[in-house]
Amino acid sequence: MTPVWLEFERPIIELEQKIDELKIIAQDEKLDVEGEIKQLETKIVHLSNEIYSNLTPWQRVQLARHPNRPYTSDYIKLILTDFIELNGDRCFRNDPSIIAGMGKIDGKSIVFIGQEKGRTTKEKIYRNFGMPHPEGYRKALRIMEMGEKFGKPIVALIDTPGAYPGIGAEERGQAQAIAKNIMAMCTLKTPIIVIVIGEGGSGGALGIGVGDIVLMQEYAFYSVISPEGCASILWKDSKKAEEAAKSLRLTTQDLLEFKVIDGIIPEPKGGAHRNFSEAANMLKQAILTQLNCFSSIELNTLVEKRIKKFQSMGMYKV
Amino acid sequence: MWFKKKGLTPTTKREVPDGLWLKCDSCGELLYRKELAKNLYVCEGCGYHFRIGAQKYIELLADEFNESNDAIKPTNILGFPEYDEKLKSDTESSGVNESIVTGEAKIGQHKIAIGVMEFEFMAGSMGSVLGERVKVLIDLAIEKRLPVIIVSASGGARMQEGIISLMQMAKTASALTYLAAANLPYISILTNPTTAGVMASYASLGDIIIAEPRALIGFAGRTFLHLKRGRDEEIFSTYLFIYFGL
Repeated sequence: MTPVWLEFERPIIELEQKIDELKIIAQDEKLDVEGEIKQLETKIVHLSNEIYSNLTPWQRVQLARHPNRPYTSDYIKLILTDFIELNGDRCFRNDPSIIAGMGKIDGKSIVFIGQEKGRTTKEKIYRNFGMPHPEGYRKALRIMEMGEKFGKPIVALIDTPGAYPGIGAEERGQAQAIAKNIMAMCTLKTPIIVIVIGEGGSGGALGIGVGDIVLMQEYAFYSVISPEGCASILWKDSKKAEEAAKSLRLTTQDLLEFKVIDGIIPEPKGGAHRNFSEAANMLKQAILTQLNCFSSIELNTLVEKRIKKFQSMGMYKV
Repeated sequence: MWFKKKGLTPTTKREVPDGLWLKCDSCGELLYRKELAKNLYVCEGCGYHFRIGAQKYIELLADEFNESNDAIKPTNILGFPEYDEKLKSDTESSGVNESIVTGEAKIGQHKIAIGVMEFEFMAGSMGSVLGERVKVLIDLAIEKRLPVIIVSASGGARMQEGIISLMQMAKTASALTYLAAANLPYISILTNPTTAGVMASYASLGDIIIAEPRALIGFAGRTFLHLKRGRDEEIFSTYLFIYFGL
């Protein structure tokens, strides 16, 4: 994976590179540079505290889309054992932009669904940049229903720019597939944990996003429309995306405030892409904590609570 | 104009006195306004249904209508720029205070719970108030054991309400699970246009789905697809949907 750095990450990366250089020089010429390194390290801590506590919504969007950010397939490798991928919607074809299957997390077997963007160019095309077709949603529902049948909890990871808006997708009923998933997920008699790990793109995200618990990683975002899309519709200028990102209130804090999500999963310093295994560990702990909460809940109550939760969403003047 | 076809625009402009005649948006046929009203706003040439407002739709469809739950009004949840002004101007121009009007109605002998969307109000977009009204309408239908009819016309979710607007998809769909559990019928009527968030939630979930001929129906909006692919937008009209069995 070629490392890519965002503009606001650069000062930190430069300091880190300096430390590495110093270390090499010190080793070669047997110099004592410990003091200097310490100094640089404190500088990094200060600098990153400053940068990451003042991130603008647009910078968060960029972090969520970071090309080095861990994807569903990375998390599958890092937190699951015995994962078996299941393919196809039994109607049309297998959609690789959604990975679905069963695996074990800490010995407990679960159904695992996740949108996958793909890392390399070839893979990105194969995965359709994480934009599912209707058959992807139908596959997801098929596997989730299996989870209900066999009493396995469902974990769904969201990471998509949106459902694919193409001719074929329309012909095969994109809207219908998403609508059906939303309705069916409301009444699935098994616990559902939804986690937004990167981009939460509108209906494409909600198509696998109805859950008892909805969590987000710290630097993920979840929005009704992409900031670019919003800017181009409202202001006829997609360059105003930065402004739109601010207006849409799409950051984790905002969503927690609106009670659209139930919690935030922390990420390693600088974002999940800086340390895959630490990020995966944090994600795993969050999933395990939630799974334990569900172990004693009666399933009818669970479904009733889930529906009530979504029915209470909305704000208006009376 | 949703279905203006290239090549169909007359090259010479015909002089018509204002308001008497009207050109069909779909086939270009000239129609006499009074005749059109008699024909229930359907083009005689091609069967295209003109877009009529929610009030008009209710007038044509129902013999009696009692509006309910009209007290709740939209509010600027996110503090979105220009939203308050837009709400105010659209309330004035469209004559309704949200993109859906709901209530109890009577069609002949049948009592029904009905919701009709108004496209003129912020492009029929789905906000919190719409979600709440649909939910309350469904609750009412379950309580009184009435069938539900929803006439949709929408450009999708309302950007100005951000994520809350997206969640109305889940809110309306979850309400429909109760209706289904109560074994009550739900008829979804799609008018021109019904797309995006509304189409990807309650509009797609009818036991019976009826669409106006030549209506634009789909997941992605026309402008979006057009920009992206440059293909003829008619591919997403009703006929194709019947063809593909949707």
